Amino acid sequence: MNNLQQKAQQLLESGNYGLIVGYEKGTSGKARPVFIRKAEHASKLIFDESCDQNIAVYLYRQEIKHDKKKVIVANHHTLKSIVELAAENQVFDGDFMVLAFAENGDIIELNTFKEIEKHVATLYHGLTEAEAAMMKKIEDMSLEDRWAFWENEFSKCIKCYACRASCPMCYCPTCTVEINQPQWISVPSHTLGNLEWHVMRAMHLAGRCVTCGQCGKACPLELPIQLLTYKVALDSKQFFDSVAGTSICADNALAIYKPEDHENFIR
Amino acid sequence: MERKLLTKDSYRSLITKLIGQNYQVVAPVKKDTMIDFLKISSFDEITEDYIVTVSSAKTVAFPRNEKLFDYEKQNKKLTQQDYDFDSIPQSVLIGVRPCDAFGFHSLSSIFCWDSIDKIYTTRLERTTIIGLSCNKADDYCFCTSAKGSPGSTAGSDILLTKMTDGNYIVEIVTEKGAKLVADFSDLFTADGGADKESLLAKVAANFSVDDVLAKINSKFEDEAFWTEQAMRCIGCGACAYVCPTCACFDIQDESHGGKGHRVRCWDSCGLSLFTLHTSGHNPRENQGQRWRQRLMHKFSYMPDRLNTIGCVGCGRCSRACPVDMNIAEHCMSIIEN
Amino acid sequence: METQNIYLPYLMQIDKVSEDAPFVKTFRLKFINPEDEANFSFQTGQFGEYSVAGVGESTFCIASSPTRKGYIECTFRKAGRVTTALSDLEEGNTIGFRGPYGNVFPIDEWKGKNLLFIAGGIALPPMRSVIWNCLDLRENFKDITILYGAKSVADLVYKHELREWDERPDVKLVTTVDPGGETHDWTGEVGFVPTILDKMAPKAENTIAIVCGPPIMIKYTFPILEKCGFADEMVYTTLENRMKCGFGKCGRCNVGKTYVCKDGPVFSLKQLKQMPDEY
Repeated sequence: MNNLQQKAQQLLESGNYGLIVGYEKGTSGKARPVFIRKAEHASKLIFDESCDQNIAVYLYRQEIKHDKKKVIVANHHTLKSIVELAAENQVFDGDFMVLAFAENGDIIELNTFKEIEKHVATLYHGLTEAEAAMMKKIEDMSLEDRWAFWENEFSKCIKCYACRASCPMCYCPTCTVEINQPQWISVPSHTLGNLEWHVMRAMHLAGRCVTCGQCGKACPLELPIQLLTYKVALDSKQFFDSVAGTSICADNALAIYKPEDHENFIR
Repeated sequence: MERKLLTKDSYRSLITKLIGQNYQVVAPVKKDTMIDFLKISSFDEITEDYIVTVSSAKTVAFPRNEKLFDYEKQNKKLTQQDYDFDSIPQSVLIGVRPCDAFGFHSLSSIFCWDSIDKIYTTRLERTTIIGLSCNKADDYCFCTSAKGSPGSTAGSDILLTKMTDGNYIVEIVTEKGAKLVADFSDLFTADGGADKESLLAKVAANFSVDDVLAKINSKFEDEAFWTEQAMRCIGCGACAYVCPTCACFDIQDESHGGKGHRVRCWDSCGLSLFTLHTSGHNPRENQGQRWRQRLMHKFSYMPDRLNTIGCVGCGRCSRACPVDMNIAEHCMSIIEN
Repeated sequence: METQNIYLPYLMQIDKVSEDAPFVKTFRLKFINPEDEANFSFQTGQFGEYSVAGVGESTFCIASSPTRKGYIECTFRKAGRVTTALSDLEEGNTIGFRGPYGNVFPIDEWKGKNLLFIAGGIALPPMRSVIWNCLDLRENFKDITILYGAKSVADLVYKHELREWDERPDVKLVTTVDPGGETHDWTGEVGFVPTILDKMAPKAENTIAIVCGPPIMIKYTFPILEKCGFADEMVYTTLENRMKCGFGKCGRCNVGKTYVCKDGPVFSLKQLKQMPDEY
């Protein structure tokens, strides 16, 4: 048994905790979310580089939302999302404990939002090199080429909404796409309707996207849709110095107004 | 079953001639990062480097959006333009895996249940399915547990099996297949008697779908079981949209000015609003109930009502799932619990 | 129109609009194409898909009786997108109609029996079809009793017809409104439908009960009928579930393996008890 499994076992045996949300080995060596309720199942837990999925989405899931004896094993994406969800009052202080990992692999227990926020401050906030390169490639395109690029990508979207379902920040019980009076976004998955959906999604995540890339990872068609929300995340930082997932106080760019805010984007 | 031989060069000629004769030829194509069924204009676009395509072959007969008819409004008058059945092209669908080909059987049972969906049936009638046996499989494949096999001819009009020399064993399965072979008879030569079985992928049968069928009805009321099964499920529609047998749809209007059309588009029982009443009441209000519906539909309702199973073991849903809801595992857990 | 496209609606002209209650309207619809009318027939209990071009389709029952030829009627409450669009239409407008779909009330089997109709709120329309059907074949049945309740006096639909039924010597009509929903000149009962039913204590012998209403009303009405001695196969209701196609393909309306669109919407309590609680 490794550290994590031992820790999980202890927590469950203590009776103070009844549920551990973490990762287990899934099909073909992929990691997947797991819900451990019994100490004897703690050995299922894993935590390695395959565990890159953001699992904060489960914290407010109806079935376990009100379970105050839960623990979540959090990678850095999940941690940032917890901070952002805390800022937006979607999760509550003391409702769960977080098990995070130090660089040397040691387990860190985080019990309060303040502790999580402090820990998150030590993490890298920004795009990976590969992600930054993809962003640059698209930003360097001419307007026509960029349009063609996205038109091609959106033509493939089947509107399964895996992007929405896997994003911790997409927690609205009724999404704009489901509002039909008026019908903002067309239901069929044609290129135009898909574009409407993805642009709308990106705008709703402006200043809230923690750049975990979960939407892109979830997409069965592998559309690089995370680049859209990355773009608004980068703009939020550039224009408003707002980085989502860093502060448990609601201060995201599009939610508050400051007199010194730039207005040069209004044209 | 009649067997022939098709050399790789003749295969190229066949596809080239079909395209030349204005058939709509749909084949697995590598586009960007994924391999999917697309209309091709040249043989060279085809790839055979896939276990299965991302989306299923169902798109040929049940596209993700289907215009059902057009209409035009002028003042109080409304006129409708019926579906133009002549616009449905003669198609040849190639590279279809046996699991996918078998999926049309389930799909047809839904679209022909008492009332015939002529749009679907016409599309399928005008499609000749050239299957391709599987020479490789992955951890998601479970066709042999679901009454299929990597070399099953069921559902294909013609089944090709690639030999080690790059040529193909041809099995002529249906009259439609025989007609296509007869139309291009000079390209097909006498069967060399190669052993097909040895060319096929090995897919272990880890369970029998019959055991799932026998057990699943008794699980319906076991709410805790379904809640636990569905805990990971995040309620998107990926599984249903890539599934070769999922037929659930929505009907929507799209209009611009006074003109528009009614569209049938894919929908999924996994989405929370699927069954929501206008009153706010939702008969399937949690993900456990929705996941139960997905499995019950495939392994109970379809067998009971339509005498077919709603799963062919292609494993697409599990590959597409963002959280690895592996359907074969869930089947096994139904048997075991 | 010669078509085999099962999604293509009949074109219907709105011949008459009546406002039956706040937000509730009834349309009388006539076929625009005489051939459609000649080929069309339905039986009581069946439903259809009504559509506004550019907006979409909505499912509700045919509220008129098949004995009244030359038109069909539908009653709907303005609630969702399509019913809001329908509500905005006026006489002379064209709408689409697909149907009829679903099974029927087995009124042939009810010959020689007493009929007890119990309806609540906006659920009178499906009942209205079968009530008029039975009244138009009055000699086939013995006593006919109608118990109808709504939230308030204003919410009672088909007020003219309620008066007509009330005046008929061969119909016993009991109307009720929820406590607080009465007006100063209200002469009917005050109380929820199950409570009034309990008070009425209908005799079960040789009697068929037909119940339509919101789920909560149905839930509390069945035990009262049971208490009065009604056997499960003597009690009928209609189910509503979300539908798109109406013919067993779109995959939403099933309750377990039972498809409301094909096996229903009419079910006996006996059938209902064999179905899972998924409606």
